[in-house]
This record gives sequence, structure tokens and C-alpha cells, in this order.
Amino acid sequence: MAAPVNSVGKTSADRLQVNCTSFQKKTRSKLISIPGTRPSVQNGQLLVSTGVTSLDYLLGGGLAVGTVLLIEEDRFDSYSRMILKYFLAEGVVCRHELFVATAQDNPDEILQELPAPILDDVAVPKPVEQPRLTGEPQDSLDAMKIAWRYQNLPKVQSALASSSRFGHYYDVSKTMEVEIRQAAKCHRFYLPDHITPSSAAHRVESYSALLKSLQEVIHREGFDLATPMSKTRNILRVGLHSLGSALWGDDLCCHDKPRHSHALTTFLYGLRALLRSSLSVAVVTLPSHLIQDRALMGNITRLCDNAIALESFKGSERETNPLYKDYHGLLYVRQVPHLNCLARQLPDHKDLAFKLKRKQFTIERLHLPPDLSETVSRVSRGEPVVVASACGSSASGTKNLDF
Amino acid sequence: MFTELNSILNTSPDSFTRGEFILVSDRQSDASFLIHHFLSFYLRARCKVCFLGLAQSFCHYSAVSQRLGVSLTQAKEKGQLVFFEGLKECLSVLTPKENNVESEAMNFLRDPPVGLRSLYEFVRSSVIGSGSMEEGAEQWGPSVLLVDDLSVLLSLGVDVGAVLDFSHYCRALVCSQVQGNMVMLVRCNGEEDDDDDDDDDDDGDVGSDVLLKGLTHQCNLNLHVQGLPTGYCKDIHGQMEVCWKRRQSDAPHMQKNLFQYKVYDKGASFFARGTSSAVL
Repeated sequence: MAAPVNSVGKTSADRLQVNCTSFQKKTRSKLISIPGTRPSVQNGQLLVSTGVTSLDYLLGGGLAVGTVLLIEEDRFDSYSRMILKYFLAEGVVCRHELFVATAQDNPDEILQELPAPILDDVAVPKPVEQPRLTGEPQDSLDAMKIAWRYQNLPKVQSALASSSRFGHYYDVSKTMEVEIRQAAKCHRFYLPDHITPSSAAHRVESYSALLKSLQEVIHREGFDLATPMSKTRNILRVGLHSLGSALWGDDLCCHDKPRHSHALTTFLYGLRALLRSSLSVAVVTLPSHLIQDRALMGNITRLCDNAIALESFKGSERETNPLYKDYHGLLYVRQVPHLNCLARQLPDHKDLAFKLKRKQFTIERLHLPPDLSETVSRVSRGEPVVVASACGSSASGTKNLDF
Repeated sequence: MFTELNSILNTSPDSFTRGEFILVSDRQSDASFLIHHFLSFYLRARCKVCFLGLAQSFCHYSAVSQRLGVSLTQAKEKGQLVFFEGLKECLSVLTPKENNVESEAMNFLRDPPVGLRSLYEFVRSSVIGSGSMEEGAEQWGPSVLLVDDLSVLLSLGVDVGAVLDFSHYCRALVCSQVQGNMVMLVRCNGEEDDDDDDDDDDDGDVGSDVLLKGLTHQCNLNLHVQGLPTGYCKDIHGQMEVCWKRRQSDAPHMQKNLFQYKVYDKGASFFARGTSSAVL
């Protein structure tokens, strides 16, 4: 299960088995807190932020540690890649470790495109490591000129608690500075480095190579829940880009009836097993619009805990549709998890749309614009015509009455 | 244990029919809350339970059962529950290490055509094998096998025929030989009458539909969970169809009942169609 944070220490003795995946405080005085996480108010799960605050709200407060978020890519992989970058950027800001795996672009390219955080209390790393993300008072107060009051709030909070603020905002027009990015430890998996694309092993072994590499990183860096609790714990954020595409050696996207249709689902099962037994969280993007088999998408969705699908308006006729003029695309929630409880936190509304602004990625309920009746619009557009014809004709109808 | 479901099914932990195969199925919905119900039901009935938890980790089942009033860790210590955690065992096969022993029961992951014979051997050893070992152990009731869920096996590459064989072997062992009960969960996608015309397209979905049809034929009681036909509703989570197959009477007839349900934190409530508390 995703690790819960239980504040009652009475049953810790019998629940803290080696094969149990929960972690909680051993003694009543010591509180295990990892920066960048917070316990869920609904069921005590440990949550991390995805980097997009409206997506956090949609997922029930955040992404639970030990779970997988599946993002079905939009047609040109623009917004799903953006969400992946938000997720990784949030990991850098919260001082989590990153694991990025791609088959198409080099992981360094994705890391260089991470958006810059909008904060004054993100500590620029100095040679001496700061234990908390408190900002120095002389750090730039000029990041926000108008809403400067909101900048002061985290400073007050961070003086009391050891963990930083949950969820940050990013400016997508700028990329993250190199010093901030290089302070975070990042593990890379670039598929052509491990398996040559033309070899026979490529077809079935690319996923198992990825799984072994991920397990090795988890074990070596100490994210396993089985390792002793004495050292400080951290979260590993795993970002897997475009799984299931042809570059991973899979023919899911090429054929109607793929031959190794269970390679990806077996990998997702192994990924769930790895995540449930370690302090990590994964975001997987998948080009689902290329997969013809809808039943296979159902299997894939069930093997991931959270699943959303993006549909962008770019290039389609909806781009110029006045109904959708405020939004960049639609967002569908395919699945919400129920972890350690019977009931799921179902979303209130299922018709959601998203918009990528410079400083925020917002997800809102899709609102149709108000339906203006014909007569109202005709009067507002007809007034210059009325002025022009008043001198010409004597009586032009009742709508020309002046009061 | 959901008390309303017990009254619908006319069972209680003190008296339930033995030798039954209960199939829990769903279509584009999630029926795993029923598995939690049966797990706590049979543990309260003091049966010896063998649980194949393939979909989630042990702590998930343990946390939910805690809310339903049953402790899985205690049951495991007392020997009442044999728990097979699929997620943990699969890692030993998928990412093998030199000094770790591979789990025998999951060796179909390495080689799917092998089938589920080793998994069946595990079930057999836990249902039969431990009966005569300890003299001082408590006497438990009839053995029960719970599987959550069979569709995971299909996703891992096992053939539909192999899964049907596995369920048949288990039924012969648990229901006929030992006179215990068996509960299995199967999950399907898609619409029911989708592949009349396009037989070549939905090859994947045909697998789980074939499995569902085969198991429905074998079972005594089928609980089929679906979403509401009229759309998404936050207050009513779906509908459940209860279908009995009576073998005792001369004219075998099927009795079907339809209920709507809502899942809460500590249980679920079932009501007749249209009588939800949100509506009345």
C-alpha cells in the first residue's frame, strides 16, 4: 500500500513487520517527516505534490507515495510532457531524488526544460547544506510585485515546521536555473544506452531492463521500506516518458493485435510491486491514442492507481470553437484509487478542462459561456446602423425608439 | 462484513451453505469491495481461509479489514489465514537476484505457456496440507479460497484456457473434495455485445469475456457489478445483480435480483432501485 502516516504509536510494534509497507513513528516523540510531503486528511496516506495544484486537488490532496499516476498523452505530447516536467520540477524544489527514463529524447533534455519556480524561499544551494528550505530575508522580494502578501506566508509557516510548503508555482516561460537543478540528485535511464534498438532482445527486454535498473536505484539509495529507519528518508520521484510507444520495442501502438501485449502490463505490475515497497512515486505517460485495443487500455488503467487522460484542442476544429475559447483542452479522470480504504474519493464533476497559463496550469470544470439571446446581440451590434439610417428614413421600426 | 449483503444472500457467519462457488464480476466498475466483505465474513465464521491477493499489497487488505473489524495479522499468526501476496512474490521472478530464491508459484511470469500449475500446487498445499500438522492448534471450519483477482493473471500473459483450468481444479479441490467455499473476482472491460461484428478487433476483450462466461457457467452464485445505465452519480456508485443457480430443485431455474449500492468508509449499503437515500 502507499505508506500511511499513523500518529498513534500503540500498534506500531506489530504492524512494523519487514514485509509490511507502512511506516509510522516508532516512538511518540519522533515524528517522521519528509520535506515536501504531508499526510492526507481523508485516510492518512503520505502525499506528495504533483507540481500542479489543481491536479493535486483532483487527486484528493496530492499523489500518494507508493502509487502510479498514468497520463494518457494528448496528440502532440505537449501538455502531458508539461505535467511530467512540473512533477520533476516539484521534486527538485522539494529536494527529492529523481529517476527519469525515456526512449526518445535524452533525459537531460527533459531536465533542462524544467520550469523555473516562483518562490522567494527556495534556497539556492550554498556549499554548506541547509537543513530546511527557509529563505534568507534578503532573498528577492521582487518576484511578485502585486501579490507580495502571499509571499510572506510561507516564511511564517516555515519558521514553525520543518517541511516546506506543499505545492509550488512555476513560470513556464523561464527554465530552472542550473544551480537549483543540479542540487537535486537525478538518475537517468536512456534506453539506447542499455539496449541497442536493432537487437532481438529489444522487443521484450527493454521493460525488464528498466525494472531492474529502477530496483537497483531504489535499493542502492535506500528508498526501500525494509531498510532501517535511522537515516533520514527521502522520496524518489520516477518519471517514465512515453511508455508503450514503438521506441520501447513494443508493438502495442503498431498492430491491432500485438504479439507481446502483456509486456507492458507485466512491467506495470512489477512497477506497482516496487513502489508499494518503497518510498517512491511514479508518473507514467502513455500515448494511448496510438493503441487500438481498448480492452488493453482498460487493463493498463487498472494496473495503475490514478489515471487521467488529456485531449488538447491543438490542431482540431475545436480550437476555433467559441465554446472552448478559454481552454487548451479537456481532461478526463479515468480512475481514482482506493488505498487502504473501501471507498474511493470520486470527483464531483467529470467534465473538466485545462488551461496552461504562464504561471499556472489550471484545471476547471468546463463552463459553457452564457447563452445570449438573439435580440440582445442584435441591438448592441445594430446601434451604428441605427445612427446611420436615422437621417435617411423617417421611421425604422420600434427598436429605434429613443428614451 | 456488510450486514445488508448478508440479509440479501440469506447467510450469516454462523450458517452458510458449503461447497459453493461464488463468482464476483464487474464490468467497467470495481467490485473489490465485495472481496473484502467475503474475507471478513469467512474469517468471522472461523473458517480456514487461503487468500490469493494478486492485485494489492498485504497492508491494503489489512487496513481495510481493520475497518471491517477483523485483524489479518492476528489471523495469520494463529494460522487461520494463508496469505499469498502476488506483488511481493513477482519481484523475485521479474528481477531475479543471485541469492534470492525464486517464488515457485509465480513462475508463470517467466514463461507464460507453463500455466498455473505451480499456483494450484500452492493452493492445494495450503488447503489440504496443514490439516494434520499441529495437534494443539485450534480447529477451524471448512476451507475457503479467495482470489483477487483473476484478470490480473490475464494481464500477466496467462492464457484464458489456463485460467479456466486453474479455476476448475480449484473448484474440484475446494468445493467438492473438501466441501469448502470459493470466491473469485473477474473484471471485464467494454460492452457486452461488442464483438458480434468485429471479431478481429477486440482480441484482448474476448479473453476476459470468455473467462467470465466460462466461470459464470461453473458458479453457484454470481454477483455482477456494473455502473448505472443512466450515467455517473456520486451518491449511487453502481448496481449489483445477484444471480442464484439452484441445483437442488428439479427444474433448475435462475433467480436474479438487482440492487443499487453505495460504498462507505466502513461498509456498503444495498437498496432496491430508486430507493437511494439521496433520492427519497
